Amino acid sequence: MKLTLEQVRHVAQLARLSLSPAELESYQHRLSVILEAVEQLAEVDTAGVEPTSHVLPGSAHLRADQVIAESGTARALANAPQVSGTSFVIPKVIE
Amino acid sequence: MSTLLEAAAALSAKKVSSTELTQQALGAIERGDGAIKAFLRVDAAGALAAAGAADQRRSEGRSLGPLDGIPVALKDNILTEGLETTAGSKILKGFKPPFDATVTRRLREAGAVIIGKTNLDEFAMGSSTEASAFQKTHNPYDLTRTPGGSSGGSAAAVASRFVFGALGSDTGGSIRQPASFTNTVGLKPTWGRVSRWGVVAFASSLDQVGTFTRTVGDAAAMLDVISGVDANDSTSGDVPKSNHRELEAGVEGLTIGLPDEYVAAGLDPEVERAIRAVAAQYEKLGATVKRISLPHTKHALATYYVIACSEASSNLGRYDGVRFGHRAAAPKNLRELYLQSRSEGFGDEVKRRIMLGTFALSAGYYDAYYVKAQRVRTLIKRDFDEAFRSVDAVLCPTSPIPPWKLGEKLDDPLAMYLADVLTLPTNLAGLPAVSLPAGFTSSNLPIGAQLIGPAWGEAKVLQIARAFERETRFAERAP
Repeated sequence: MKLTLEQVRHVAQLARLSLSPAELESYQHRLSVILEAVEQLAEVDTAGVEPTSHVLPGSAHLRADQVIAESGTARALANAPQVSGTSFVIPKVIE
Repeated sequence: MSTLLEAAAALSAKKVSSTELTQQALGAIERGDGAIKAFLRVDAAGALAAAGAADQRRSEGRSLGPLDGIPVALKDNILTEGLETTAGSKILKGFKPPFDATVTRRLREAGAVIIGKTNLDEFAMGSSTEASAFQKTHNPYDLTRTPGGSSGGSAAAVASRFVFGALGSDTGGSIRQPASFTNTVGLKPTWGRVSRWGVVAFASSLDQVGTFTRTVGDAAAMLDVISGVDANDSTSGDVPKSNHRELEAGVEGLTIGLPDEYVAAGLDPEVERAIRAVAAQYEKLGATVKRISLPHTKHALATYYVIACSEASSNLGRYDGVRFGHRAAAPKNLRELYLQSRSEGFGDEVKRRIMLGTFALSAGYYDAYYVKAQRVRTLIKRDFDEAFRSVDAVLCPTSPIPPWKLGEKLDDPLAMYLADVLTLPTNLAGLPAVSLPAGFTSSNLPIGAQLIGPAWGEAKVLQIARAFERETRFAERAP
């Protein structure tokens, strides 16, 4: 399918990407080309076929539900762009 | 430079020390990597410390096994505690992981010496290693060409004889295709064989960690160390380790399938000739080679891109500029912080895939794209299930074409995606597969043959690969 500029803008908003007008146009073209190639899937008869979300033979491996001492607050904060005490700092959300 | 197991034997016999091997590796990188650009980061101090500890253990008779003291490299989407890990993205520049990935920890516990981190396409999204935010890696067999991708740095590091082995990740062919482009052995294990804890996620239902080595035996030795169930990864399989006692058992009495669809897929004539020669070699060694059909192959590429991009758009939601990674300089509010941090941090190919995945998951399109692709995925998996009723392994080329020139396919994403058409069905079905050296084109570019096995069938796949390797000398040809 051919995407409209409006659709590309909407998807970019959903994906939290800010695109320049030139980028929007480039994505409109490139994504449309890929989507047209993907449309062949509509030809496949999948009536009664279950979707596969993953292929692990058997069931997932679960660990015991026990508290383990993890790496700690200081290490968890070490890569943060901005911290205050034991918190991540973000711009004000409530005016 | 010897192979991994030869180096292990030399260490055992005290003919060489780990410190000497590590210094040789560091020296080779110093001299050679300016032209190849396989490494994003070399950790000389950490490597020499690990080598010293390995030598100390050995002198006390406490060696930890074949990998103890062996220099290896890790793709830079595998976390290393305290050592910067970027996944080839500007958004993770400067990120120093607070913990090791499970595979990193297992390598360290086996005594392996981690030399450094190798280049990749940003977030492992690409087939040429040109989509790295930091540098382009060159093919050691022809510096004007790509080493493949996304694990191109690990492939080039092993092919250049900088290290004895390396880890990569394979979501649609990212280990096998660069292995085929660099005359190395690339093993993608069964989905669930190796823990992905601490490996930067791209598409979680497809991602698997695997190895680059120069020989099949080296691949088995590395797999033995990194595989096994992990409490931190609920998708790791609780199954017995792959047993490689039969590695030298040959192929007599085994059946190998050649899929019509893979041979029809627009192969380069020299690639097709090489694969037919591999099949003939197997017949000579006593295997039966028969034609098989994997009828849904033609839909694998579309299925893969819908599923992989959908999962990527979800996985990459975590890069929001809040807890780690790049944050935009002066966002007005939280929404601007997300928008600007992500737009500045991600490269073009990553944005394109996030956009495609977000679209496929969006209201009104979810069933037609994402769920439809998951249903076709079931059919692709059934094709393989059916094939393995009558064959022990499937043989086909790894890549339909030999390594292309750097820059050649950058403007046409579909042409680049097509290069993965023979590797990605395996990821959709979760199967183990290996790419092994299978010859050279008339212009001396490596060609890889791919062997695919049933789930958890690594031992048989490597046994079949070894039978071919033993009869040929392709793997020994250095760049």
